[in-house]
Amino acid sequence: MNAIRLLRSIALFLVLTVGVATPANAQVADAELTPLVDALAPGNFKDREAAIGVLVTTGDQRVVQVLEVLLEGELYFDEASGKIVFTSEAGGKGTITDPVTSAELPDLTADGLDKVKVNNGLRRVLRTAIGQMTLLSEDPGVRLFAAQSILRDADPAQLELLDSAIAGETDAGIKRVMEQARAAIVLKTPDATIDEWQAAVPLVQAIGGRDALNTLTTALATAPDEVKPLIQTAIDGLARDRAVWDVAQNVWFGISLGSVLLLAAIGLAITFGVMGVINMAHGEMVMLGAYTTFVVQEVIRQNFPGLFDWSLAIALPLAFLVTGLIGIAIERGVIRFLYGRPLETLLATWGLSLIIQQAVQRIFTANIREVGNPTWMSGSFDLGGLAITWNRFYIVIFAMIVFVALLLVLKYTAIGLHMRAVTQNRRMASAMGIRTPLVDAMTFGLGSGIAGLAGVALSQIGNVSPNLGQGYIIDSFMVVVFGGVGNLWGTLVGALTLGVANKFIEPYFGAVLGKIIILVLIILFIQRRPRGLFALKGRSIEA
Amino acid sequence: MNKFGAKSALLAAAMAGGLAMTTMVPAFAQDETIKVGVLHSLSGTMAISETTLKDTMLFLIDQQNKKGGLLGKQLEAVVVDPASDWPLFAEKARELIEVNGVAAVFGCWTSSSRKSVLPVFEELNSILFYPVQYEGEESQRNVFYTGAAPNQQAIPAVDYLMESEGVERWVLAGTDYVYPQTTNKILEQYLMDKGVAKEDIMINYTPFGHSDWQTIVSDIKTFGSTGKKTAVVSTINGDANVPFYKELANQGIKAEDIPVVAFSVGEEELAGFDTTPLVGHLAAWNYFQSVDVPANAEFISAWQTFMGNPDKVTNDPMEATVIGFNLWVQAVEKAGTTDTDAVLDAIIGLETPNLTGGVAKMLPNHHITKPVLIGEIQADGQFEVVSESELVPGDAWSDFLPESKMIEADWTAPISCGNYNTETKTCGGAS
Repeated sequence: MNAIRLLRSIALFLVLTVGVATPANAQVADAELTPLVDALAPGNFKDREAAIGVLVTTGDQRVVQVLEVLLEGELYFDEASGKIVFTSEAGGKGTITDPVTSAELPDLTADGLDKVKVNNGLRRVLRTAIGQMTLLSEDPGVRLFAAQSILRDADPAQLELLDSAIAGETDAGIKRVMEQARAAIVLKTPDATIDEWQAAVPLVQAIGGRDALNTLTTALATAPDEVKPLIQTAIDGLARDRAVWDVAQNVWFGISLGSVLLLAAIGLAITFGVMGVINMAHGEMVMLGAYTTFVVQEVIRQNFPGLFDWSLAIALPLAFLVTGLIGIAIERGVIRFLYGRPLETLLATWGLSLIIQQAVQRIFTANIREVGNPTWMSGSFDLGGLAITWNRFYIVIFAMIVFVALLLVLKYTAIGLHMRAVTQNRRMASAMGIRTPLVDAMTFGLGSGIAGLAGVALSQIGNVSPNLGQGYIIDSFMVVVFGGVGNLWGTLVGALTLGVANKFIEPYFGAVLGKIIILVLIILFIQRRPRGLFALKGRSIEA
Repeated sequence: MNKFGAKSALLAAAMAGGLAMTTMVPAFAQDETIKVGVLHSLSGTMAISETTLKDTMLFLIDQQNKKGGLLGKQLEAVVVDPASDWPLFAEKARELIEVNGVAAVFGCWTSSSRKSVLPVFEELNSILFYPVQYEGEESQRNVFYTGAAPNQQAIPAVDYLMESEGVERWVLAGTDYVYPQTTNKILEQYLMDKGVAKEDIMINYTPFGHSDWQTIVSDIKTFGSTGKKTAVVSTINGDANVPFYKELANQGIKAEDIPVVAFSVGEEELAGFDTTPLVGHLAAWNYFQSVDVPANAEFISAWQTFMGNPDKVTNDPMEATVIGFNLWVQAVEKAGTTDTDAVLDAIIGLETPNLTGGVAKMLPNHHITKPVLIGEIQADGQFEVVSESELVPGDAWSDFLPESKMIEADWTAPISCGNYNTETKTCGGAS
């Protein structure tokens, strides 16, 4: 046993002095590896970078785990002895084990541990190091990941390793990524031959998107004159693609913004549009919906962590109920006494909005509350050249579902029929035996409940704070007025038009001026068509 | 159905910004007290940041009273709520000084609110301690700036990115008001002096509370894909930060690719926020809660006990408030009175330990000395210090703007001027 260890140490010594990378899966003796790992603890970031370099040359797979833990920022060391350790739980808690031998270290306590610091530079080094050490791994997933990380860095020092990996690679997909990585590296080495350059350019171009554009633009400066036209053509091609996709991207951003506006405004389209109540507390209903989501998530976090991905599904009906009931209470308690007195309604609901805001601030403090994205709503996916974020994607879908559901309710249910009847002619409806006060309460409750649903969705893209609603109230009124009061389709078209217009104006004039331009356009539009895009026609309108 | 048209609805919407509530909470009443004004928004968009500073003041006054008060009298906090409404700040300041007769006021956060109260403090000759980093280009006789001037925050942060991260392309993104605009003007000039080409600088402004960051984040991505290392310098304020960082994370921009260095994002803003996708993004401040020195540990534990919440975080403007308060207490003790003119004279040159192991000294230009710390956001919402400077004296007038580089502020005799032109040797050179 000892003899083998000795041999291994000699091998390690040779490796370190000669500096040749050992093949993967090399195993180094515990006693040799431990001091190398412990070298990660002291010193500054530069020292740590050097220590990582030494660790990589061992080729020992246990090092990969150490580096991965370090990359996550969860590697700890004992302050007294400077020994690097693993902890079983995040945040330096749980059982403490030795990273090399995996043995438990009962003598050490969590209090004596300190985190090994990492910064951005070090994280880049770590990713490259892990990529380098796992490129020859047996697991195809790990190999692919390694190839991608090498592609991202395109470090010329990896060329030899990459060549040997390509030679041994059997999976066509991974091989392709490796070849692309190799091409990207070639473009960084000015002394490569013309043939190599010419072969590399189309490979990099095939990566597509901004990364390829990035690599090629950099390469253009250092390329030999013979291949410059080739690179320029590739860049132009990529840029043309980009320009087309950028328009598509803007349309998508517009639809996404439009659906947010739609969600915020659609409840108002009911209370303001259908009932004619200027409800300044509408934004607060949205806010309460968002806080309902927060409370649901808190309960889930503390009691049923496994259900977190379902939190939104649980929050939706609850938010609808909570805000709907509050809406009914507001209608019964305040608004019904003020029908036909728009200014008083406006002031009363606005006062209510302040009361609700302050109440929420009392209960939940003024701090921004975290509403987490469930895993299925995090990150983005690529559709051609479009990068679409999942949370926005689901919100577009959700807005459409809410819209269609509301249309169906209005069109095919008894309460919907009553609502429309009361909207069109209150006195006639009353004469026909419809209990208009009840319908009023239900309508207001429905509008508020939908605002609550919007709050659940909006908590996924913005922040949840007591003034969340204020940010949406003006936009909501704008959408409803622009689309045509009392018309749901108008609200849909109005929201999407404003969203897309905003996103096409923004790149040219900036967000601040863009907003002003939209406002001016709406004012001009209202001057010409005071009843909005889709005006309701009929005698009742004039009443 | 609609007895009122679309126009009245728009009018209604416009009204939403109009009024504001006011509250007054005298902490306790006593016959002989020294009153201290606390002028921070407790409602509206800035409440998220400013409420903590109100609590900090109550905490400091409580501690001082336990030590026996000041000049043998107890201190009494007079708290008003200017509700994130800039003109209301001026009204509330006047109320504090004229009606309540406070000895000094601690308050304001945004530069707009500070600019709004300046004439009031000048007219009524009272003292304001302003605890937030700001754009500089100002030194007023009645105001003490205990937050960072641009040379104590913005410039060192840019230097760090240039040297450690090798950044060559810059996005200056900010909220559309005076602090980001002036800071970005200074930074743009500084970067161009350093040889950065104009096309390598992108400047972008957004309204307060901006929530749809899709286009801007996508623009940043495009701007960052020309092969040169790119970084974002963010002066985005208040609650607009959360959707900005969420969009960054969702569009897959990692700190290793395009780091964002923020001047307005601290522990308070990150509290209760999943920071895992933000790990590695940077902030430049003069204080971090994670700074491991005994003075800081003592302060944090006293603060958490006072608030009754062991998870309560501390942040940079809090430290600036602490420093301002301690300097004021020392100055009053030295002057033996709370009289404005005596305190203004006494305070120059006083020193107090800051919470990161250094010394804050009140300079003749009414700014203080501070160390510059650059921190990376960690998964637990704290910052890991990656760079720390020596003590830097605050410079009121930026040396990087042609119109202000010859201006100096010095409130000691014989100059006694906030905008002294060193070329023409006259006061009032800032025109």
